[in-house]
Amino acid sequence: MIDWQPLQLTFRLAFITTLLLLVVSIPLAYWLAYTKHKVKPIIETLVSMPLVLPPTVLGFYLLIAFSPSSPLGNALNEYLGLRLVFSFEGLVLGSMLYSLPFMVHPIQSGFANLPSSLKEAAYMLGKSRRTTLFKVLLPNIKPSLLTGIVLAFAHTIGEFGVVLMIGGNMPGRTKVASIAIYDEVESLNYAAANAYSLILFAITFAILLLVYLTNGGHLKRFWQ
Amino acid sequence: MNLQVDIKAEEGRFLTLYGKSGAGKTSVLRMLAGLMRPDAGRIAVGEEVWFDQEKGIHLRPQKRSVGFLFQDYALFPNMTVKENLEFALQKGQSTAIIKALIELIELGELQDRRPETLSGGQQQRVALARALVQRPKLLLLDEPLSALDLDMREKLQRYLLKVHQEYGLTTILVSHDQQEIQRLSDEVYEVEQGRILRSGHPKVMFPTTRNAFRCHAVVEAIQAMEGGQCRLSFRMIDGVLDWIFPAASIADIEVGDRVKLEMGLAQLTITS
Repeated sequence: MIDWQPLQLTFRLAFITTLLLLVVSIPLAYWLAYTKHKVKPIIETLVSMPLVLPPTVLGFYLLIAFSPSSPLGNALNEYLGLRLVFSFEGLVLGSMLYSLPFMVHPIQSGFANLPSSLKEAAYMLGKSRRTTLFKVLLPNIKPSLLTGIVLAFAHTIGEFGVVLMIGGNMPGRTKVASIAIYDEVESLNYAAANAYSLILFAITFAILLLVYLTNGGHLKRFWQ
Repeated sequence: MNLQVDIKAEEGRFLTLYGKSGAGKTSVLRMLAGLMRPDAGRIAVGEEVWFDQEKGIHLRPQKRSVGFLFQDYALFPNMTVKENLEFALQKGQSTAIIKALIELIELGELQDRRPETLSGGQQQRVALARALVQRPKLLLLDEPLSALDLDMREKLQRYLLKVHQEYGLTTILVSHDQQEIQRLSDEVYEVEQGRILRSGHPKVMFPTTRNAFRCHAVVEAIQAMEGGQCRLSFRMIDGVLDWIFPAASIADIEVGDRVKLEMGLAQLTITS
């Protein structure tokens, strides 16, 4: 049959990327939702860039920044033993940047749509900002968190341009499903390409369907 | 809008800030709570200084002993009524207060319900209980009853009075419901365009033909103001009163004079 490795790699990448993105995006989305700092429009733009920037541009700059011959790449390699080009770790970083807006935007929206009196009521009860975030705000934006997680996950599955630039197409390490499809087509193995494609299509369709069903309240009767 | 106010509230009193929307009443409350930072001035509660612009003091809202009621109740949707109250407990505080409040405000049947299943009046009652869990010194009410219907409002007013007396609170209410103010307050400050226009007992501030009155008062202070007006401070038997008169009408009144005040509809006449 087909080689399952690219698919396993794809899902491993999406899973780790999504987890790390969640950790990074919550403070970022919180800041964006509530700050009045002058620098906010610039940060918002940077966060949204991956939506419009050609992925190859992102990949190209990552390549230049982290290649072992660059000062940054060299330093990372020497002191942390970390290689961020032609490695799985590099893909994680690239994917995190590429899918950042998909996680940040829903969460930022979620925070912004909470009535400000909720936060203020918690402060009046003596609760710190951190306690308020974890015990009051986050529990009340669960749909936004779910949307962010699912969109970031699904989006990472589809990543191609960035991976192409900094991946190196190494089987078992950076040859994710999207690259494998490209590879198979180049080699005229349409059957294999089709297998990968159908599976990815089905999975991303199911994920998105799940989001719409959940947020639209259609599944409530199953856990009421 | 420039907000400039000078308010003194005696401990245990029930004060109301009254005025049109946008006059600045809610801003005053939020500054007292620490949710808004004044540009200048001083806020002191008893011995504690909560804000002093010159000394660079600004106590965070978390550190102020304040109970705050919001217009939209602000109950936490992810918690039941009881959990909302328990969330308010401070570290090491006994849960006895929660039982007491549930009884006093009659929340027994609502304990395990979620806020979204409660009516507005019920939610505000829960919010009131929650605001009192930490036994604050000051209770600030930001138009808490304006979203409720008349029946509900009257019921809540009774609860407000009840807790005010039971816990010896100093309460400041923002409201533009004259009846409500009459029923609850000891003293009213009328705020307009960021300034305090006048202040005094609600019966004096909002006279009706029923409670038009006459009384004797002693002039405590005369303060010249712009526009040919003067602000007089009176002391009467059951309270104090500040009122603005055209300077000409009080030309021969001096500090220390005993005067007679007569309140008709929206007009106060003074004779020495």
